[in-house]
Amino acid sequence: MSKHGSQNGQGSTGREPAAGRTHVPRHASPGQPGEAEPPVAAGRARQDPLRIVWVYPDLLSTYGDRGNLLVLVRRAMLRGLPVEPVEVNSDQPVPRQGDIYLLGGGEDLPQILAARRLRADGGLAAAASAGAAVLAVCAGYQLVGSRFGGVEGEPVDGLDILDVRSGRGERRGVGEILADVDPALGLPRLTGFENHQGVTTIGAAARPLARVTLGVGNGDGTEGAYAGRVLGTYLHGPVLARNPGLADLLLGWAAGPLPPLDPAAEEWARRLRDERLAAVSG
Amino acid sequence: MSKLPLRARLATSIGGAAGTVSRLTGRGDGSVIGGVLGLRVEPDLVRLLAAGRQVVLVSGTNGKTTTTRLVTAALGALGQDVATNAYGANMEAGLASALGRAQNAPYAALEVDERFLPAMIKATNPKAVLLLNLSRDQMDRAAEIWLTARRWRAAVADAPDCMVVANADDPLIAWAATAAAQVTWVAAGQRWHEDSWCCPECGSHLQRDDLGWRCGECRFARPRASWVLDGDCVIDEAGRVRELGLALPGRANRSNAVMALAVASHFGADAELALARLRQVTSVAGRYTQVQRGGRTLRLLLAKNPAGWLEAFDVLGPPPGPVLLSVNAQGPDGRDTSWLWDVDYRVLHGRPVLVAGERRLDLAVRLEADQVPFQLADGLDHAIGLAPPGDLDVIANYTAFQQIRATTGRSQ
Repeated sequence: MSKHGSQNGQGSTGREPAAGRTHVPRHASPGQPGEAEPPVAAGRARQDPLRIVWVYPDLLSTYGDRGNLLVLVRRAMLRGLPVEPVEVNSDQPVPRQGDIYLLGGGEDLPQILAARRLRADGGLAAAASAGAAVLAVCAGYQLVGSRFGGVEGEPVDGLDILDVRSGRGERRGVGEILADVDPALGLPRLTGFENHQGVTTIGAAARPLARVTLGVGNGDGTEGAYAGRVLGTYLHGPVLARNPGLADLLLGWAAGPLPPLDPAAEEWARRLRDERLAAVSG
Repeated sequence: MSKLPLRARLATSIGGAAGTVSRLTGRGDGSVIGGVLGLRVEPDLVRLLAAGRQVVLVSGTNGKTTTTRLVTAALGALGQDVATNAYGANMEAGLASALGRAQNAPYAALEVDERFLPAMIKATNPKAVLLLNLSRDQMDRAAEIWLTARRWRAAVADAPDCMVVANADDPLIAWAATAAAQVTWVAAGQRWHEDSWCCPECGSHLQRDDLGWRCGECRFARPRASWVLDGDCVIDEAGRVRELGLALPGRANRSNAVMALAVASHFGADAELALARLRQVTSVAGRYTQVQRGGRTLRLLLAKNPAGWLEAFDVLGPPPGPVLLSVNAQGPDGRDTSWLWDVDYRVLHGRPVLVAGERRLDLAVRLEADQVPFQLADGLDHAIGLAPPGDLDVIANYTAFQQIRATTGRSQ
């Protein structure tokens, strides 16, 4: 996927089944534990491509999770920012010098495996502590926390890069969700779809991303969480397609102030957003 | 079937009458209502109606209806009637209704929803179960597919007399089927890999190459197949090669046909006769149908999930033929449109693309991200007016497809 000049971030169409999947990313670091690397965002030279790392699509890709990668790539390209999407499978080391890391949704077993491997690998935690941006969705959101519920609800250790802890709720939350974002982030209302049975408690070192006006979210009226540049949400899959402001927040964290987009380039995203907001708020 | 107990006979005749009323009044095709009422009178109806017949159950996320149609055609080579739920009514009521309508048929080819397969294996004591594939599908209401595979494993392990005919190229299917006492493995291919990168047994990343797939850690690997799809040919278990020459388009249907032939062989059908019957199938419940409208030929393709869209793209006419995409998100479609982002639309570059359906804006944003130019259309006739001259391929998900079929008439 990080093959030379690839700007789209999309996998093969199936003709070459394994293309882009077993390929070790060009910039992947062997990621020796303890290896010192310069902080990511701060030291990034202007002409370096923005490196967007999709973590473990083989384990964590259930609900159109590729959408978040595609939307980030597209919005960077529309602004003339060079961008390099990198897909890292669970049998590959996680590169430490990415700018934005994406984690998607997954079933119970893949989620537990992903947590185990990411802890052993250490790359994602190192990048996050060096200031990289992280968007973690659904199962990914749970596993960047300190703990989450396993197959039978037993506690499983997470990556602990976001101060949240998750367990299993009584009922599955499935449906459209609306939530008003923490005013400190300056973003419009979130619209998306959730499908999970998790209940998440936010610790002292993180803040709720939003307050739920429709749907379940964390289960206590809040939705998602963030601290520094690590952000988690239950709005799954292509959350960034319906919430381009959130996409730009991540791009801005990684690349600094962004030039505005031509409104024509945003027409479809705006119309979809308006339609969804109107449809679910009745 | 006069051996049926009285209550089952009553249940069947009430069900049959209701089905007839449903058809006559135009409320439905009668394939479910009869079964619903019959089951209310006799909850054990499917078991009673299946008793004494040779049954094959067909399940998987993609190609169930088409494959059931192909199996029914192939079993026709045995020269006797085959009971079948031809219109995709694949839950218990649909099965009861199909069996009740054809009480003298010694054979039954029944499509079964993935969730109900374990219960229907118990109820029908099938001679064979055909397992096609498992991929992400309407996840807001369906079970996670690994859980489905796990339930299938237990169900086939519990049916030692049943022959499981399974696609060896789909790791989740292979994992489910290895629990069975008897398996006929078919190398039917797998285009959609996004749900099977990991070993179903241990979770490790699967290795894939020309020979198939294997787990590097627990040694779970693609079973050796006795039936093989090779290009347009089928190679049977004795190594004989035959050209398929189907009327139905696409690689997915060739794969479905090979699975159907393996089932027919297990039932003792003559291979040449069975194949001749498969070649006569031109359309399945309106799918792959060609209809005339607005002075042009439309070809209707149903695609309900990412794997289905991949297969639909595979059978489009040559570029720059125009294509209409129509997507809804009603209950039967799944209310979550996230799956649109799992489909790679870049193969549509170079074609005029029309976008319709209740969720056309979701599609619009998706296509914009892939930089595929498109035009928005308000329904089928508007799209026909907008498209450049020539045949128009139409790909739609479930209820969008039904709406288009209602517009064009239910011609087969």
